[in-house]
Amino acid sequence: MAKIIVVTSGKGGVGKTTTSAAIGTGLALRGHKTVIVDFDVGLRNLDLIMGCERRVVYDFVNVINGDATLTQALIKDKRLENLYVLAASQTRDKDALTQEGVGKVIDELGKNFEYVICDSPAGIEKGAHLAMYFADEAIVVTNPEVSSVRDSDRMLGLLASKSRRAENGEEPIREHLLLTRYNPERVTKGEMLGVEDVEEILSIRLLGVIPESQAVLKASNQGIPVILDDQSDAGQAYSDAVDRLLGKEVAHRFLDVKKPGFLQRLFGGRE
Amino acid sequence: MSQADLTDQSPAFQLKGSMLAITVLELASNDIERLDEQLAAKVEQAPDFFNNTPLVLALDKLPEAAREIDIAALVSLCRKHRLRTLALRASEPSHLEAAAVLDLPVLPPSGARERQVDLSSKTPAKPAEPVYRPTRVVTTPIRGGQQVYAQGGDLIVLAPVSPGAELLADGNIHVYGPLRGRALAGIKGDTSARIFCQQLTAEMVSIAGQYKVAEDLRRDPLWAEAVQISLSGDVLNITRL
Ligand SMILES: Nc1ncnc2c1ncn2[C@@H]1O[C@H](COP(=O)(O)OP(=O)(O)OP(=O)(O)O)[C@@H](O)[C@H]1O
Ligand SMILES: [Mg+2]
Repeated sequence: MAKIIVVTSGKGGVGKTTTSAAIGTGLALRGHKTVIVDFDVGLRNLDLIMGCERRVVYDFVNVINGDATLTQALIKDKRLENLYVLAASQTRDKDALTQEGVGKVIDELGKNFEYVICDSPAGIEKGAHLAMYFADEAIVVTNPEVSSVRDSDRMLGLLASKSRRAENGEEPIREHLLLTRYNPERVTKGEMLGVEDVEEILSIRLLGVIPESQAVLKASNQGIPVILDDQSDAGQAYSDAVDRLLGKEVAHRFLDVKKPGFLQRLFGGRE
Repeated sequence: MSQADLTDQSPAFQLKGSMLAITVLELASNDIERLDEQLAAKVEQAPDFFNNTPLVLALDKLPEAAREIDIAALVSLCRKHRLRTLALRASEPSHLEAAAVLDLPVLPPSGARERQVDLSSKTPAKPAEPVYRPTRVVTTPIRGGQQVYAQGGDLIVLAPVSPGAELLADGNIHVYGPLRGRALAGIKGDTSARIFCQQLTAEMVSIAGQYKVAEDLRRDPLWAEAVQISLSGDVLNITRL
C-alpha cells in the first residue's frame, strides 16, 4: 500500500515546495517509486524546482476533468528512474479541484507508487484541505517564528479532525515537524525561536531541522532539488530527514552555531 | 390613522409555518352520555390536563353506523370538561356542514401516526432526576482554532492546549499540560466551578462569566505556575496548587 504524505504548513513561503521536492527526490534516491503532486493550482512552481517546467503537457486538473490520463500527465524525472511529478495548472482556478476528483487520482497513484507526496498550497482553505484530506502522514513545515508556529498548530488541529482518516475514525495521520530556514545565530540572539521552543509548543516528533542556506536558492534556480547537492548543509539535512522518515535513527545536525575553524574558513566548510 | 402610519411600509406581520403538538380527541362512539361519563373520570384522574386544553375533535374514525352525531352538543360537552375545540377532523358531508354552521375549521382525516396520551400519573411529572454525565477526557493536543465543550459536566485535558484553542465546560476544567489557550468553566453560570492547570499561560480564563485576559494574568506572580482558579463574589482567585 502506498503512503500518502502531505507537506503542509498553513503559512505561506515557509519551504513546502522546497521540502516536497527534496523529500520526494530523497525517497526515489533510496529506491522507492515516488510521485510528487503539486496542489498549488494557479501558482505552480514545483515543476520549476524540479526542473521539468518545459516538459509539462497535461496537469492535475486535466486528469481530474478527464482531458488526459494519468499516464499522459505524469512527468518522469530525467535524473532518477523512480521519480515522477504531477504538475499543477497555472491557468485554471482553484475550484477545478474537487474532493471526488482528487480522491480518484490519489487512489490511482496509490496503486502505482510507493510514496505519493502532496505539495500543499498555503492557507487552510480548500486547496490545502484537499492536499491533506487523503494523507496517511503529514510533514508540517515550520519556520522558527511565532506566526509560522501558530499556523502549523492550526494545521495540526485540522489534520486531526478534518481528514479522511479522522472522518472515518481510523488511526490518526502521523505528524512530523520539519523546522526549516533555521538560523542558529539568530536563535542565539533571541531573534528566532529555538528547536526546543517549537517542539514544546507543537509537541510532535521532530523529523528534521533544515538550516537557512544559500544552497536552497541556488538549487531552485537551477531546477535541481537541493537534496541532490550533497555537499550542502541543507541537502544533508534533508537527507537525514528522509532517513528518519524511513525509520532510521539519525542524530540531528546543524542545530548549533559553528565557529568555523581555520581550514574551514579557508576552503569553505561543509558543516 | 396618522399620515406616518399610512406610509409605513414595514411588514405588520409574518406568516410562519409551525408544527404544534396538539391533543386529538378521537371518537369511537356517538354516545354522548357515555362520553360525558368517561371524560368526567379522566378529569378526576388528571385535573391538570383539562385546563382549557386546545383540542382537535376527530370524527373520521367513527364506525360507519355511528356517524350521526350532534356536533354542537359535543363541542359544549368538551367545553364543560375544560377542553377547547379548535377544529374538527372529518370528511363526512354532514360533519362538514355542521362545522360550517359552528364556524369551526376542518382538518383532513389523518394518515399520520399519533401517540396515545398517557394520563395515568395523577401528579404532574416530576422534574427529571439529574442525569450523570461522565467527565469528558481529551488526551490529544487541542490546537489553535479548535473548541472542546464538556456539556453538563467537567473537562479533563491530558495534553497541551494551544493558543487560539478554547475549552468550555458547564463544570470544572482540568488541564495537565500547558494551558496556552482559553478556558471557560461554569459557562451556564455555576459559580462554584474551578479551573485547575499545571501551567497557567492562558490567553483567558473565565468562571461563570467572570474573566481575566492574558494581559492581567501575566502580571500575576503565579503566571506559568500550577494553579487553581476559583470565583468568590465577582473576583477570580488564583492560588498555587
Ligand atoms: N532552508 C532554506 N534556506 C534558504 N531559503 C529557503 C529555505 N527553504 C526555502 N527557502 C526559500 O524560501 C522561499 C519559499 O520556499 P518554498 O517555495 O519552498 O515555500 P512554500 O512554502 O512552498 O511557499 P508557498 O506557500 O508559496 O507555496 C523560496 O525562495 C525558497 O528558496
Ligand atoms: Mg509552494
